[in-house]
Amino acid sequence: MPPLWSEYLPHPWDLVAAGVTAAALIFAFVGASAFLAIWAERKVSGRMQDRLGPTRVGPLGLLQSLADGIKLVSKEDHAPAGADRFLFRLAPYLAFCASFCGFLALPFGAGVVGQPLGVAAFFVLAVLSAEVFGVVLAGYASASKWSLFGGVREAAQVVSYEVPRALCVVVPVCVAGTLDLNAVGNQQAGWVWNWNLFHDPFTFLAFVIFFITATASCKRAPFDLAEAESELVAGFHTEYSGFRWSVFFLAEYGSMFAVSGLAALLFLGGWHTGFLPFEPTAEWGFWAGAVVNVAAFIGKCWALVLVMMWMRWSLPRLRIDQVMMTCLQYFLPISCVLLVGVCLWQLLAPAWLTAATRYVLAFGSATGLVVMLAYAFRAPPGDAGPGRLPGAWAGRPTPLTAGRK
Amino acid sequence: MSLDVALFAVLAAVTAGSAVGVVVSRNVVRAAVWLLFTLVGVSLLYFLLGAEFVGAAQLIVYVGGTLVLVVFGVMLTAQGPLQSLRTRPAEWAVGGVLGAALFGLLAAVVSGATGTPGDDKPLPGAGPLGLGFLGVTNTPVAYLLPFEIVSVHLLVVLIGAAYLARAKRRAKP
Repeated sequence: MPPLWSEYLPHPWDLVAAGVTAAALIFAFVGASAFLAIWAERKVSGRMQDRLGPTRVGPLGLLQSLADGIKLVSKEDHAPAGADRFLFRLAPYLAFCASFCGFLALPFGAGVVGQPLGVAAFFVLAVLSAEVFGVVLAGYASASKWSLFGGVREAAQVVSYEVPRALCVVVPVCVAGTLDLNAVGNQQAGWVWNWNLFHDPFTFLAFVIFFITATASCKRAPFDLAEAESELVAGFHTEYSGFRWSVFFLAEYGSMFAVSGLAALLFLGGWHTGFLPFEPTAEWGFWAGAVVNVAAFIGKCWALVLVMMWMRWSLPRLRIDQVMMTCLQYFLPISCVLLVGVCLWQLLAPAWLTAATRYVLAFGSATGLVVMLAYAFRAPPGDAGPGRLPGAWAGRPTPLTAGRK
Repeated sequence: MSLDVALFAVLAAVTAGSAVGVVVSRNVVRAAVWLLFTLVGVSLLYFLLGAEFVGAAQLIVYVGGTLVLVVFGVMLTAQGPLQSLRTRPAEWAVGGVLGAALFGLLAAVVSGATGTPGDDKPLPGAGPLGLGFLGVTNTPVAYLLPFEIVSVHLLVVLIGAAYLARAKRRAKP
């Protein structure tokens, strides 16, 4: 953050005011994102299941989250008889604190960061890994075996998925040579092929693995074994109601945005749009550039969160042994190979090969994306004209045409 | 009173208070939660001193790793005698003597320390420090060999743990 308050307040108090401002902005971002993401989740699921989703509350149902919130706050907030009340009440806030603190070191634009840290990538990983503690405590303190199962599964899953996730973070860090997310973002300024994603084949694959393991560590489907409602009622939050339940969801959406932001910074060019060959804050002044930067960064976060929703409503949930096997037998060795591979690439690859790889990967992915979008938005096969059947049934008689000659 | 001192006072009070909580709480899981606050407080003290890497390492190793495993184990075993801990007077006596001895030792060291805290020089980050310790840059001491020994040792421990925890196959008759 630029020194906003130093003109108005004496020395120690300007730091306090800057900290309070940053915390308030981050809290507003997390709250607003969760508000919109819950609505988007319902709209996406409705779209994928051929429903409309929420339509009644506000335009396009946009105020659905507000209605949900009012309902949740007015519900009774109670704890089960056998519960450890202190821990039961504490657990949602622990989970939320962890996912909130992840944003403190996450730059939203060039210099737009709560607290610039030299080891920001490591700090974000460390803080997000503490989120599991709230979930485990919630499972234990609920005095319900379903909750306990959910908590134990969550602990096993998150502790194992942390390892490949951290290894995949090391891959772009090897390319960047620093753990400072501001510096990592600045290195990717300019065109799309400067993004770390297209640096070499290893970072390209590392992004895919990172995204999957990050989805798993946010306990999102298809890895949502902690709440598996078909087996465990609702898993670790079975016994929660009202406000504390919604704090868990705030934490879940917060950590989704935090890992998406980390992925955007490490792989997807950070706050750069990819279509401007310069750093916007350097050319247009701090505030105008910061608006463009923050918009690009939040757009990338949202794109990744929407992919997570897309995966949630497309894929069936894995079994717990499949989840653990996927991590330990596939992701862990693959990420180790990627780490060794990127080190060798940095040491051995000649200059012409690195340049060629960048362009091939960047233009190849762009072409793939365009082809995929064109395929998705092509004319639906149902449009065969009135009175005719589409696809394999073309030309066959229908009840409408059967009588006609 | 400067901002640093005020923050240190708050953090130290919270850390020490939750450490007392670890000792006096009867329930094992509650003790683990107090330990969580103690460890987070210690890592925040590191951040306050400008040692960001140590602070983040404290968080990821102790809070994200060790403590989760402690709670995980306690949840599976917290029955019978471990559910509520009763401390016998002899244990209080031994613990009190050890605690007082440690406090006396630390107090003696701190009161004997000379020199003032450094001025506001920017500290070297994790990168330069790490390269310096490994002997890549020009430093009088290089710890490359101890570093390699420690990492090979950890690898051996890892393989041993995987060997012990492997699925036992029945020997063919």
